[in-house]
Amino acid sequence: MSGPFSIREYLRPLPLPFCSGCGGLTVMSEFLRAAYELGHKKLDKFVFCSGIGCSSWIPSPHFIADSVHTLHGRSIPVATGLKLMRPNLNVVVFGGDGDIVGIGLSHFIHAARRNLDILVIMVNNMVYGMTGGQVAPTTPYKTKTTTTPYGSFEYPLDAAKLAVTAGAYYVSRWTTAHSKELKNSIKKALQMQGFRFIEAISQCPTAYGRRIGFKDSGEMLKWFKENAIEKTEKANEKDLAGKIVVGEFIQRKRLTLGETMQRVIEEAQKNEN
Amino acid sequence: MKKLQSENIHFWQGTEACAEAALKAGCRFFAGYPITPASEIAEHLARRLPQFGGIAIQMEDEIASIGAVVGASWAGFKAMTATSGPGFDLMQETIGWAFMTETPCVIVDVQRLGPSTGQATKCGQGDVMQSRWGTHGDYAAIVLAPNSVQEMFELTIKAFNHAEKYRTPVILLADEIIAHMREKITVSSTKGIRIIDRRKPKSCDKAFFGLEEIPSMPAVGEGFNVAVTGSTHDAYGIRFTADTQVHRQLVERLNNKIQNHVADLSDVETYNIDNCEVGIVSYGCTSRATYETVEAAENKKLKVGYARLRTIWPFPEKIVRRLAETAEKIIVPEMNLKQIFYEVERASRGKADVISLNKIGGGELITPEELLKKIMERTKN
Repeated sequence: MSGPFSIREYLRPLPLPFCSGCGGLTVMSEFLRAAYELGHKKLDKFVFCSGIGCSSWIPSPHFIADSVHTLHGRSIPVATGLKLMRPNLNVVVFGGDGDIVGIGLSHFIHAARRNLDILVIMVNNMVYGMTGGQVAPTTPYKTKTTTTPYGSFEYPLDAAKLAVTAGAYYVSRWTTAHSKELKNSIKKALQMQGFRFIEAISQCPTAYGRRIGFKDSGEMLKWFKENAIEKTEKANEKDLAGKIVVGEFIQRKRLTLGETMQRVIEEAQKNEN
Repeated sequence: MKKLQSENIHFWQGTEACAEAALKAGCRFFAGYPITPASEIAEHLARRLPQFGGIAIQMEDEIASIGAVVGASWAGFKAMTATSGPGFDLMQETIGWAFMTETPCVIVDVQRLGPSTGQATKCGQGDVMQSRWGTHGDYAAIVLAPNSVQEMFELTIKAFNHAEKYRTPVILLADEIIAHMREKITVSSTKGIRIIDRRKPKSCDKAFFGLEEIPSMPAVGEGFNVAVTGSTHDAYGIRFTADTQVHRQLVERLNNKIQNHVADLSDVETYNIDNCEVGIVSYGCTSRATYETVEAAENKKLKVGYARLRTIWPFPEKIVRRLAETAEKIIVPEMNLKQIFYEVERASRGKADVISLNKIGGGELITPEELLKKIMERTKN
């Protein structure tokens, strides 16, 4: 590539949507850096799809690219229509934890089951940030939020583990304190075909961090760094308990939905003749 | 057979006619979820669409189905889903999104008897107001109501044409009776049927959400960097979530692009509307009793006229008003509790006595005898 990476090359000249210290900016820049390092000077081979929530504003309308900003939780169904009918485009979904595994959970599971050839990047800030900090399916047990003033009485969902079980092609999890690993994982995923899921644990100092005792985003990043543990063959459940487990969780080979669908079309047309 | 059925006489079920018409209109993507009495449309297209290189997929629910349909439309293809009341409920949010993003697509609602699970296999016409007002916010709907297998075919094509021309979701409001009955149908040659495709942008175009009444529509992957959003946006697709002017301009245009074209969208079969004592305003399966009733009334020396609505929304007010100018009474037979009745009353502006005839439960049609009885009852007064 000629010239150094400049995030502005990929963005419309609009004010960015993030609060100060938001992890969304890290995810945005690491994605664009990954695209840049893979040689994408422009994003014209991509179509971005997102739902409702702070992280859904990462691509839309900021990326100079085709972007479809959908309803809350419905980015994956829309991406299904886009990808099946435009198989040559890289369809990338951005969404938050509420969007992807709260209201949109069933679509997430089914897309992984079908091995729909899309990359889903879930920015997990463990809270409903845009609406002011309500409990999410990912909020840790006992955490105080605006709708759990006495502490959350539910156990959180492990979205990455679920994606593995549902049949995803590639699954990884990193935090915004692991920006390099995150970028490398995105790069890797962008070169694969199948349902790829990357969970980026991210800080929301505004609607989450400051309410649970973190002074600023820096403290949250420190918390991520100190609590993260990479999943290895040796690590047992006990070592991982209470930690943020990061790393790559699966990489398997299966036909994509587009490929199995193409077989159906060939079969239907063969019987014709 | 891969080839489209042409210039043939068939004995088809309504759902089959709808599916074949979709193919003829150029539909290449279908997504749906099983539901009585609409599943046959999905089953037929699951077999037929791949023969045309198209895709039919069963999604995890109706929300996903219509989401995929909107995605396919932005991929540049004509797309459709088919459902019934409970599924139509689930689709409402996305219908609003399709309206706001100006996405052409067709939603077939084969009405069954609600509310809720009601009588799931029986016919009803209870979704008339839902088809107009189902999603939140100010919006305008185009809704067509067939009354025969022949019209299932013709109005499905028309639904696609309106969707493409006006860049908006169009609802084919069928019902269990029309969808499940078998009738003779004549499919004319391809030449005889006009197919409309969305207007594509020129390479220099940038405003896909304004400036013109109905803007051109690119597909993703064509290099236009189109930003699609259901949030309030300007002509270029950029979000303005607080600006008064941008919102007003957008939402007024979206409503006007339909309301200003009522004449083009109106599709009403009329008979004797300027010379009758009693009028009938009907639509869908209930309108099938009209013809025999008129004949029987004429035998009794009573002048009866009718307006049969093939377009329900936008409501063809002018024609109904014309009928009210001459008719003393207008009967509105419906298999619901007065859903179109109040529209007819409003359009009549007190010039005719508007009388409701409704029947709900069990899925039985209003018979010509019942309709005639209502006409005679009232004319005695």
